[in-house]
Amino acid sequence: MKLSWGPSAESGRLEPRRVAITGLGVVSCVGLGKDAFWKGILGPGAPEGIRRVENFDPLVWFTPKEARRADRFTHFGLAASQMALDDAGGLEAIACDPDKSGVILGTGVGGLETLEQQLNNLRDGGPRRVSPFLVPMMMANRAAATVSMTFGWKGPCESVVTACAAANQSIGYAARLVASGRCEVMITGGTEAPLTKIGLAAFTNMTALSTSGFSRPFDIERDGFVIAEGAGVLLIEDLERARARGAKIYGEILGSASTADAYHITAPSPGGSGAATCMELALEDAGLNPDQIAHVNAHGTSTPLNDLAEAEAIEKVFGSTGPPVTSIKGVTGHSTGAAGGVEAVSVALSIENRLIPPTVGLINQDPEIRINIVKDEPMPWEPGPVISNSFGFGGHNSCIVIAPVES
Amino acid sequence: MDHAEAFEKFKTCTVEVLQVSPEQVTMSARFSDDLDADSLDLVELVMALEEAFDISVDESELEGVETIEQAFVLVQAKLG
Repeated sequence: MKLSWGPSAESGRLEPRRVAITGLGVVSCVGLGKDAFWKGILGPGAPEGIRRVENFDPLVWFTPKEARRADRFTHFGLAASQMALDDAGGLEAIACDPDKSGVILGTGVGGLETLEQQLNNLRDGGPRRVSPFLVPMMMANRAAATVSMTFGWKGPCESVVTACAAANQSIGYAARLVASGRCEVMITGGTEAPLTKIGLAAFTNMTALSTSGFSRPFDIERDGFVIAEGAGVLLIEDLERARARGAKIYGEILGSASTADAYHITAPSPGGSGAATCMELALEDAGLNPDQIAHVNAHGTSTPLNDLAEAEAIEKVFGSTGPPVTSIKGVTGHSTGAAGGVEAVSVALSIENRLIPPTVGLINQDPEIRINIVKDEPMPWEPGPVISNSFGFGGHNSCIVIAPVES
Repeated sequence: MDHAEAFEKFKTCTVEVLQVSPEQVTMSARFSDDLDADSLDLVELVMALEEAFDISVDESELEGVETIEQAFVLVQAKLG
């Protein structure tokens, strides 16, 4: 991961730290925690329709009062963060300096459910019935703030709000804070709870959602994404420090990139040019050539436009016989601002289990999509560097590179 | 509404908004020390009481209100 671009990069004055992934946390429609999640994304089969997180009890992570004062996206965000922290050994074992520990947690829409409820209160009862907690419940940075307060971490605590690219960009930014030495430990990823009446109506009316209710990335009959809720969180830390404390290391974040299409508010730029540039920049950041990438975890939303543009971008960067590509959204649906976090967890588990999950829901690959897609069955695999893509409305492109670490 | 009935209603609101047990809602209980309620919690509680008792309480009237008894007296005065 680079700390400087241009001539000063060669001066040798900036020595980046390596960034290890040591904890995973996930809240998804196929279960809570990495084990249920991994079993779910391997298929076969997928949940049907809107991907709600069922049987989620916030009281496992919050007191009754705290739960009542926090939106569902914060419930998910803290739950996944706590899981990641526990997976990394817990606060005591990690023993990080609170001033060098931080939280970068993205979201697309923040506390939409809260806003909707309070608008109803405003309509039915007037201004005096609007909760004094509306602002701290709906604000997009609330989940990050709750995590920092719960863990007592006083380093950078911020939220990236770039629609479906939010979690991936959060991870890239958090990783650079570790690479630069500013932070030693970070919680990062994304959380989203958009399945409210107005959220569903809005996504439906912009014709982004599948009318069939089937998520089938890269399929000839794909007709939109199936919307999901959830959270995906990584605990990342300075690799040398992780080794010194004997932590389990899932992999390392080698690079990231963030670009904008500067083209259209919802459609990707023609030929996926923005996505291709972003992947190339992430490779440059990681110090890798395209032929060193062993797997692409695609954004693969199942919308006609995204999947074609992304496939064109992948073909441009890696060629049509490039590395195996998968989209787990056939199972998980699209959890928008959480997606990059959920998918980073899946990449870490792919490295650990030496297995690439199949693109569930893909039956007949669109003939215009000429990339090497994993389908039907999980694919046994010799782990190597992985590029994971997320692209968001607004023309936001984000790619991160995650690689196995030598033992 | 008699005193006991009014206090029951008051208690129900307090339990719901502050997420405390009914036993904690005693006349001498202090909002900050005993019920872990900050100023925003009090604002929300007052909103719930306004709704439940069909009364109106001005922000300024909350100044100095620190105990359940003080809050209940405020509500009762509105009930006339």
